[in-house]
Amino acid sequence: MLEVKDLKVSFRSEQGLMRAIDGVSFNVGEGEILGMVGESGSGKTVSLLAVMGLINDPNAVIEGSIKFKGRELVGMSNAEMRKLRGREIAMIFQDPMTALTPVYTIGWQIAEQILAHEKISKSAARQKAIDLLAEVNIPNPADAIDRYPHQLSGGMRQRAVIAMALSCNPSLLVADEPTTALDVTVQAQILDLVRKLQRNHKSAVVFITHDMGVIAEIADRVMVMYGGRIVERGQRNELFLKPKHPYTKALLDSIPPLEGEKPKRLRAISGSPPSLLNRPTGCCFGPRCVFRFEACSVQPDLGKSGHAAACFLKGAQ
Amino acid sequence: MFLAIIQRLWQMLFVMFGISVLVFLIFFATPGADPASRIAGRGASAEILEAVRKSFGLDQPIYVQYFTMMKKIFITGDLTSFVNRGWKVVPAVLDTIPVTISLVMGAAILWVVFSMIIGTVAAATKDSWLDRSLMILGLIGISMPVFWLGEVMNLVTQSRFHDTWMFSWVPPLGYKNFIDGPKAWFLTLVIPWITLAILYIGLYGRVLRANLIEAMQEDYVRTARAKGLSETRILLRHALRTSLISFVTLFGLDFGALVGGSALLTEVVFNLHGIGKLTYDALLNLDLPIIMTTVIFASFFVVMANAVVDVLYIILDPRVRKA
Repeated sequence: MLEVKDLKVSFRSEQGLMRAIDGVSFNVGEGEILGMVGESGSGKTVSLLAVMGLINDPNAVIEGSIKFKGRELVGMSNAEMRKLRGREIAMIFQDPMTALTPVYTIGWQIAEQILAHEKISKSAARQKAIDLLAEVNIPNPADAIDRYPHQLSGGMRQRAVIAMALSCNPSLLVADEPTTALDVTVQAQILDLVRKLQRNHKSAVVFITHDMGVIAEIADRVMVMYGGRIVERGQRNELFLKPKHPYTKALLDSIPPLEGEKPKRLRAISGSPPSLLNRPTGCCFGPRCVFRFEACSVQPDLGKSGHAAACFLKGAQ
Repeated sequence: MFLAIIQRLWQMLFVMFGISVLVFLIFFATPGADPASRIAGRGASAEILEAVRKSFGLDQPIYVQYFTMMKKIFITGDLTSFVNRGWKVVPAVLDTIPVTISLVMGAAILWVVFSMIIGTVAAATKDSWLDRSLMILGLIGISMPVFWLGEVMNLVTQSRFHDTWMFSWVPPLGYKNFIDGPKAWFLTLVIPWITLAILYIGLYGRVLRANLIEAMQEDYVRTARAKGLSETRILLRHALRTSLISFVTLFGLDFGALVGGSALLTEVVFNLHGIGKLTYDALLNLDLPIIMTTVIFASFFVVMANAVVDVLYIILDPRVRKA
């Protein structure tokens, strides 16, 4: 349904061209949950903002192709894009504290989106907003609809944001770290909710996070991003049980094991992510990789299909 | 709500009391401030000074003087001028209030409307030639002193171009009562309104533009974009709506100060006998009863304007409302 091919996003800056996304290709099938992991600055959010057409920095250069249901989104006019946004592709943001306009009730904000895309009366939109709030398990939806964002807790606000995103039955839902700003117990509830809604609305979901635990919980397929590239992709089970790329392995090693002997210190990845201005030639994880050898001075390709990693190590391909 | 109003009234009384005591002490009880010698004139003999003290009640203890004056302002209303004895001060001050309010209200309407338009248009077309020229115009408006601008306006509309079709409608300087004819009232005030408003249009336009541009970077604007709303709707319903909160704060302060006498320069230039002009004249010849009365009225308006702003806050910002 969504086909991203060789997507490149760069930003012109005074120090030269900063390449935030460097040739990313992936597909999202109908009703599928694709997990995207990577540390801050790895390009997860930027690549999805590009899909949403929400990069409106005049210095941004977007190359490549993004096809949604056969329609090319790169270079699409803003007016066309607006009809897709919120209706076909919806987004949930990281911080529910700031994602809602503080001066309007949540019901008003949900109805606003419905009215922007559907020709229905105000009272019908309101009724629909109440139903949506009930669907995301907000207690007393008829009462909650007239509440302002500051009157709700973080978890409730994120539910309201999710209800808003689902209001027009989008076929693709983009969730940008929707659980990062929440308490752990609330995180689990929100994950359950996203899964339940994904089944009911039959939407495909792209779920961004830096938390391997969250990915293990929710995703069907996983993409690991590093330095603006995909370094490994595969089905969830394959990727978690037999990680191929040293970066994925390192990410998994940085989670404390539940069983067996506990390591004295958790293994952290040494070094820091590459700067966007000065990316290393060859494999961009190279400078931090413990398995580095001569071949790594050339950029490795990601295998075409199935479980694949962008690495020259034996068995990685 | 009722409780809030009572609370607000108490606050107002407290502020007015504080200000009146402070001003009273400055003019009547600071070292070297001897109202009697002011009234009697330079080099007056001791007998004359004594006679003046007695006649003006300045021989009484200071708190008695204060309370007598307050009683004369608020209860009997028969406080008289020190300079022009027999001239009743309270009616004189009350007479100036409609003049000042007419001037400031009209100017406020102009500056709110035009600064909103300018600020919004500039923010929407950020970094374009339109934005730049509007901001330069705003800067020019802020830089022109109101007394100079007023004199230029007078020069143009009252003498140089008065006989042309453009400005023949401009009546001579001075204030006309609204009840005597709304049209004359309006015509005499148009030029003063514009003069007073220009500074604030520039100032508010620039402030609003900056606020809007900041608001457009907020997360909720990104959410609004993700909802598929039009840019115009995002700008007006989301960014402008939240930016109005700081706009109103600024407005309350300026409006209160202007009604309280800061419109003095405009009033002098256009020969409008408002509260600013009255205070200014009273300060020139140290007419203490007038100064006291105008200051008390001014503080009343400042506090009133702030009360109105607080009400506007409650309407604009749900976070301020109590549950």
